[in-house]
Amino acid sequence: MEGLPHQLVAGIATGGIYASVALALVMIYQATHHVNFAQGEMATFSTYIALTLIQAGLPYWVAFAATVVVSFAIGVAVERVLLRPMHDAPVLAHVGIFIGLLLVVSNLSGLVFDYTVKSFPTPFDTGGGPMLGGLVSGHELGSTLVTLAVLTLVYLFFRHTSLGLAMRAAAYNPTSARLVGIRVGWMLALGWGLAAAIGAVAGIMVAPVVFLEPNMMLGILLYAFAGALLGGIDNPAGAVAGGFAVGIIENIGGAYIVGTELKLTLALAIIIAVLLFKPSGLFGRVVVSRV
Amino acid sequence: MAAEDAVPVEIAAAPASALPVTASWLVTPALVLLALSPAFLVEGFRLFQLTLVAIYAVAILGLNIVTGYNGQISLGHGAFYAVGAYSTAILMASFGLPYWATLPVSAAICGALGWGVGFPALRLGGLYLALTTFALAVAVPQVLKHDALERWTGGVQGVFIAKPDAPFGLPLSADQWMYLFTAAIASAVFILSRNLLRSRIGRALMAIRDQPTAAEAMGMDLAALKTRAFALSATVTGIAGALSAVAVEFVSPDSFTVNLSITLFVGMIVGGVASIFGAVFGGLFVVFVPNLAEEIAGAAPGVLYGAILILFVFVLPTGFAGLLRRAAARFGRSNLANKAPQGR
Repeated sequence: MEGLPHQLVAGIATGGIYASVALALVMIYQATHHVNFAQGEMATFSTYIALTLIQAGLPYWVAFAATVVVSFAIGVAVERVLLRPMHDAPVLAHVGIFIGLLLVVSNLSGLVFDYTVKSFPTPFDTGGGPMLGGLVSGHELGSTLVTLAVLTLVYLFFRHTSLGLAMRAAAYNPTSARLVGIRVGWMLALGWGLAAAIGAVAGIMVAPVVFLEPNMMLGILLYAFAGALLGGIDNPAGAVAGGFAVGIIENIGGAYIVGTELKLTLALAIIIAVLLFKPSGLFGRVVVSRV
Repeated sequence: MAAEDAVPVEIAAAPASALPVTASWLVTPALVLLALSPAFLVEGFRLFQLTLVAIYAVAILGLNIVTGYNGQISLGHGAFYAVGAYSTAILMASFGLPYWATLPVSAAICGALGWGVGFPALRLGGLYLALTTFALAVAVPQVLKHDALERWTGGVQGVFIAKPDAPFGLPLSADQWMYLFTAAIASAVFILSRNLLRSRIGRALMAIRDQPTAAEAMGMDLAALKTRAFALSATVTGIAGALSAVAVEFVSPDSFTVNLSITLFVGMIVGGVASIFGAVFGGLFVVFVPNLAEEIAGAAPGVLYGAILILFVFVLPTGFAGLLRRAAARFGRSNLANKAPQGR
């Protein structure tokens, strides 16, 4: 058990990644009641864009910023082109589009950037090995800080800007929002763009740990979903807490209970356990629908 | 308010989208002949592919029962397919059962598993269920590879089984027999499913899909019907998996990745949601189109596959079956054409 503190810290670091993807999921869910299955694949694609820019000679943070902007544009474009026309379609049609998107994006990643596993640079390379008495690597610390910064920014955006307020209004009550002059359709597109941008950050932060390949985010999406459910799918702060919790559970469980081969099954177990015992999540509202 | 407006549309659309063009009694012998003929007209790999078409058609039919007819979206039916295949392979390899005797056992195991999955699924609407079943599909290969089960599953290596020869000294090759056996089982499953879905139960499943509140008010037991629909659907898909194990002579965890579940889902959409015959088109699509796509698009079959899926959702949401139904309505009985559902 001497590795326990390190497992805990590593769990928080990966949990940060899950938290940001979970946040992206919850944001799209809140704005549109969609759960984007292709979220992970879109993030992987963004990560490839970042790698290409870095290899083209751009400084890391410039490439980072450019990738976030491009991903935002891709997210908006996807909503406009694929989902806007299907706004009133049944859920099955949405799932069909998400799965189609997943197939197209993940195969496109492989096709354009080839299927070989690539290593990804990290700007937090301390060069001196582990820090804080061997507890945490430079990248773990750095990526956790970046994740926390993103989460804070998103919080401030939704809480203290008029655009954020408009987006929340559009999600909460589209009809009334439209009546007071909010362009609800564009708010949805904006939500998709933001989620894609957050996904891109998560992809760039996780790529140095798991290495970059077209299916990099598949497991991460499931953990993020488990985290979002654990925290409550309609509560962004809850989703973040759930993401961190799942990261810790995954690391501790993987190290001491189920072993690394069954890590993904653990995500499934968390999802089912939450749904059976606390369907609204730890911090979610219990939704009573009127008929 | 919106729900009230929707009622007549839904009820008008439900039976029409469920019932294929009425097959007259003249058509039945022709269909039987059509189903039997490949065994004697084609051979080798082509016949094997047609066997796979029948197997996938059954698997897609299973998915269609729960997703198309009952509205519970499953992206994890590859898991039931895998469990069916593994049950048959293990029963044959470790317990020495003949292939035909394993089918009911595998079907029962999958039915029980489906019931077990259907139970938490009650709590989940639409997308949640889709993601949870998706997680199931991702988790299954990991479980199959796990050390604790290796004694039976053979771990990463999988299980080899032998293709059965034709019984009673029939003058048929193993491939021919396998095709005929599969076609017979598939036909039986299709006929039984068709009868069930056109009965009281089938209408109840569709009512629950379209108007759950009204269905419950009419006295339908939503929880019982939904879990049973899941169990039945898993049983049907499990039978397909069991047949696939015998036909392919081999099971391994990597044959049952999440891609299999996605393939079944794509087959259902392309063939036709809530259509029994659509499952056959779906089977043809998932067996032959990836090869074609590879020839046409070179290295990008996945991209084309995804694009076709999106195209169908946009242009032809009722799939091939819906297209045929509309064509038949236009040429056959033009008075019905006006009433044909325009596919929301």
